[in-house]
Amino acid sequence: MPSPQPRTLFEKVWDAHLVEPEAQDRPAVLYVDLHLIHEVTSPQAFQVLKERGLKVRRPGRTFATLDHSTPTNNERSYVSEEAESQVRKLEENCREHGIALEGWDSDNRGVVHVMAPELGLTLPGSVVVCGDSHTATHGAFGALAFGIGTSEVGHVLATQCLLQRRPKTLRVTVDGKLQPGVGAKDLALAIIAALGTGGGTGSVVEYTGEAIHALDMEGRMTVCNMSIELGARAGMIAPDATTIAWLKGRKHAPKDFDAAAARWTALASDDGAQFDREIHIHADMIEPMATWGTTPDTGIAIGTNVPGENKRALDYMGMEAGQRIEDAAVDVVFIGSCTNGRLSDLRTAAAVLRGRKVSARVRALIVPGSEAVKRAAEAEGLHEIFLAAGAEWRQPGCSMCIAMNGDIVAPGQLAVSTSNRNFEGRQGPGARTVLASPATAAASALEGHIADPRPYLEAAHG
Amino acid sequence: MADPFTSFTSRTVVLREENIDTDQIIPARFLTTTERGGLGKLAFHDWRYDAQGRDNPHCVLNRIAPCAHRILVAGHNFGCGSSREHAPWALADFGFRAVVSTGIADIFTANALKNGLLPVAIDQASWRDLAARPGENATVDLETCELRFGNHVAKFTVDPFARRCLLDGVDTIGWLMGRLPQIEAFEGRVR
Repeated sequence: MPSPQPRTLFEKVWDAHLVEPEAQDRPAVLYVDLHLIHEVTSPQAFQVLKERGLKVRRPGRTFATLDHSTPTNNERSYVSEEAESQVRKLEENCREHGIALEGWDSDNRGVVHVMAPELGLTLPGSVVVCGDSHTATHGAFGALAFGIGTSEVGHVLATQCLLQRRPKTLRVTVDGKLQPGVGAKDLALAIIAALGTGGGTGSVVEYTGEAIHALDMEGRMTVCNMSIELGARAGMIAPDATTIAWLKGRKHAPKDFDAAAARWTALASDDGAQFDREIHIHADMIEPMATWGTTPDTGIAIGTNVPGENKRALDYMGMEAGQRIEDAAVDVVFIGSCTNGRLSDLRTAAAVLRGRKVSARVRALIVPGSEAVKRAAEAEGLHEIFLAAGAEWRQPGCSMCIAMNGDIVAPGQLAVSTSNRNFEGRQGPGARTVLASPATAAASALEGHIADPRPYLEAAHG
Repeated sequence: MADPFTSFTSRTVVLREENIDTDQIIPARFLTTTERGGLGKLAFHDWRYDAQGRDNPHCVLNRIAPCAHRILVAGHNFGCGSSREHAPWALADFGFRAVVSTGIADIFTANALKNGLLPVAIDQASWRDLAARPGENATVDLETCELRFGNHVAKFTVDPFARRCLLDGVDTIGWLMGRLPQIEAFEGRVR
């Protein structure tokens, strides 16, 4: 029955998945359409099922991949026996419970948040969860998608449901147009800098406005991906023609596609729908961004100076208050991850690197987000551009974003990384991380210090 | 069944830093484990040990007897970042039973509540008073939702359902299994 009250995108998806609404003394029981699992946060959940003699209730609604602990070297040699046995454990658990796994032998394997959208598993209006905080990525399709802990992975395996309190809503409207050479990652870093790392706590964010709807799906995924860096539960973007065109023909897209597409279009927030909080960001003002500190909200425009407000972070990063951010020397460049490991990201990096050489002081790693991204990039010859520039072209995986597979930054070295977190030690003990876009990372690889990518992009695009 | 959580009194440990993320609580390189237990030795690993594995004498966590200091007092936005439940597993195994801050991240809160580690968010003035007296005793009372120290009483809120589960020592998966008839009815209706 249609509700008389105007509703937000979030409310429409939430309401449609309520097995039981919440009451004062108990949370809502929320139905999960798609459950994604990987090797790191699932073994203890399967263990709980085993201890209690429970089965996976809807194995067809859980999909697995290998990404976090997996090597990205061509030899597939693991960082440790424990990492390898963790992968074996997932393979075993999937076999035992009848769960589809895009494993080593699959052409579809990839970083969980790159792979699932590619396969058309992520659909507008669905509830998607995964034991991984960057699950918010899938909100780019108008799904309600959020990260959960391992106990909750067990809940979903056993019941296909979660106990959830209804979050608050926050609308971020991005007016205007992004300037040439400024991309979705710069926008995400600007939003996080404006709101702070805890600014979205307790909320689901809806991103809207001219600049959001002008983004392609890959850019929208980049923006939603980093919602957790605001502390938000999830980020969502209303499905539109861009969303529908992207999903058409994907492996798991619905058979009655046109009927589904009509339902998806109706998910957009109604006129007059109320949000608990609203903010506006002006896209035209955003410049290429780089972070100077050890939280993702420390992004500043390239061309500006490092502020002096946090001595611990400055000392950790080896930066000085008042220095130009461009003066930071770069040792490592990492292009990849669930934030920026998609084909458009690699095309941008290639546009900057084409016919040029990575600085002798820089180790540059380019890690495609999935086997599909890798194939598509190679079909376009992007890997040849990277290799000719002196960069490494590696196998798909989370790699240096989480640095648990052996792809690490050495202590004291500074990495410009297209990933999502610059916490102390995130890319290895003592490693220093600067978050930036693929274009900025590529330009920094060439110059050996943090660099504005726009001159290279202008040259590339004539 | 877990042990019921009612109230307890213990000394505090204070980490004043804001935005302590779950990579600090347990670095990602230790997440290749497939076990839940025994992670306490890895809690705050890179704060407690140097690159050679030697104790960092400046880290307060190396100067306490964990079983006598069960209350971690930490700066705003504690537990942000990754959803890893290994973070509360490590803190609980280290010996903590409560984390007190002015703001605690959502996923960390949900994970902690399922592991007998009580997330206690209090007002800034109370937090400042508490943080100014590291090592002193405080009482965390889940029955009354009060944190008491010295002459102070700070109120906190806990989701009523999670509170009931902790007080009764029951976990949520059993409760959710009890909703299977409703879940099946939903699937019949909608899917």
